[in-house]
Formats: sequence, structure tokens, C-alpha cells
Amino acid sequence: MSDEKFTIIDDGRVAVLGAREGLERAQQAEAAGRPVAVDREERAAYLGVSAAERAAALASLQAPDFTLPDLSARPHSLSAQRGKKVLLVAYASW
Amino acid sequence: MWQALYEELGGRGFTPITVALDRSPEDARPWIEAAKPTHPSLIDVRHVVADLYNMVNVPTILWIDEQGRIARPNDVAFGTDTFKHITGLESAKPLAAVRAWVNGQAAPLPETRARQLQPLPTAAHQQARAEFSLGQWLYEQGRPAAAERHFVQAGELAPHDFTIRRGTMPMRGIDPMGPQFREMLGAWTKAGNPYYKPLPE
Repeated sequence: MSDEKFTIIDDGRVAVLGAREGLERAQQAEAAGRPVAVDREERAAYLGVSAAERAAALASLQAPDFTLPDLSARPHSLSAQRGKKVLLVAYASW
Repeated sequence: MWQALYEELGGRGFTPITVALDRSPEDARPWIEAAKPTHPSLIDVRHVVADLYNMVNVPTILWIDEQGRIARPNDVAFGTDTFKHITGLESAKPLAAVRAWVNGQAAPLPETRARQLQPLPTAAHQQARAEFSLGQWLYEQGRPAAAERHFVQAGELAPHDFTIRRGTMPMRGIDPMGPQFREMLGAWTKAGNPYYKPLPE
């Protein structure tokens, strides 16, 4: 067990750790009130963002920034549009 | 449609940012290539925007003002009337509201009202999003059976979130327009729940 790897994905950032360290990180995040999804078979955990943190950000009405790629993999940030009125449109092919 | 709105209003300090909550850029490509957008047209395979803004379905629109503040929270708005016969939702009204906002002909929502209308996530919903994200990562690692466990759990934790329940279907080999979707939708609406929840004003 001790030499096995464990993948921690912390809000999208991937780190491959030792099994003990990985499980500790997951437990710490859970103790801090964050949602944690674990797959023991696959030895991976995803550390999400708490409802309290998301709710505080949305209640402030300050639009959370993000950076996402276009079809050419070129990154775009919401904050680059500051000074304009922005219509954010989420859609999907499904 | 959003491209047409950009061409109409882009000179007035306005831009759409469209975000495809799709399994892969390839799933979104035909839509983007047909629309030929010159505004930012982005792909969000991890549902980053759905998590940040607590979105539960598509299409969802949100207004952000020049100072980067949410001027009008999540609302349902179709760019066209293609699905009007099914949804009962017209595209004209939200488009007219956006035009009036950009042209300064309509007062924005008071902040207190915007705050009231903005739905906030619960702990169970954020757990669902963590399960979704682990499933999405496992799917990308070529572990579909493991991913399935987390997608199912995510859907049970947040049954109102169709970016999860329907949005994961392509990764799970389920037709998102097929019988399993119609069955899910039927059970949901029969229990008195709306599939789309437009803002009341």
C-alpha cells in the first residue's frame, strides 16, 4: 500500500501522490468542509469547492472569473472583457 | 443567434461569451463552425462555469456588467425558436431585454433583487459536482466503468441538475435525446418539477 500512488485532483489541478499522503489530503479537505469524491479502487479523489464558498461568491454579485479554451485551444478569460457588458451563455450539444 | 446579436450590439460595448458544456471540443465543433462566432466561443468539458455560477441546465444566460458584476442572474433563454413547440419558451423576450440593457433603455435589477433571484448551491449539490468531476476525470483516463459510479451518484445527489444528469449521458454511451432521457424527464416533470425554470421577471 505504502508505495502505491494516489491521484488528488484539487479543483481541477492534478497531483500524483503516495497513497498515504493522498488519503491525508482528501481527509484534510473533508475536515475543512470541502466536498470530496473518492474512488478507492482507482486510487483517486476529487476535492471540490464548498457550497459556503460558492454561495458567498454569488451573493457578492461579483462575477467569478474563469479561463477556458476556444476550438483552437486558445484561452479566454471573462476578466479580459471588463468594461463591456457581457452576456454569458451556457449551452451544449446534448 | 448570439453572433447576430454581437454584430448588432458589439459596437456598443457588448459581447456574448458562449460556453459549451460538452464532453469534448469535437462535440461542440459542428455548432461552433455553423455559428462562425467572432466573440469568445469557449468549451468547458469540466463544467467549470456551471460550478462557479450554479447552473443546472442549458441554455442558461447571465448578464455581467462593465464592472464585472452580475446584473441579472441565471435565466433560461433560447437564441432561436427551434424548440419553442416543446419548451413553450420564446427567444424574443430575453433578446429584447438584452437589447434594452445594452442600449441603456432598461434599468438593471436592483442588487437586492438580483441576489434574491440567484440560486445558491447546497452541500449535497457541491458533493454532486465533486462526484461529477471525479467521473469526468476517470472518463478522460479511459476508465468508463469507474466514471459511471460517480456519474450515477452525482445524479442522485442533485436530481435537479441536468448538466449532470443529461450532460453525462454522452460519456456514458446514452443517447441524450433518446428513451432514457425521455424517461428521466417524464419522471421529473410528473413529480411536479420544472425542467426549465425561467426567472419570474
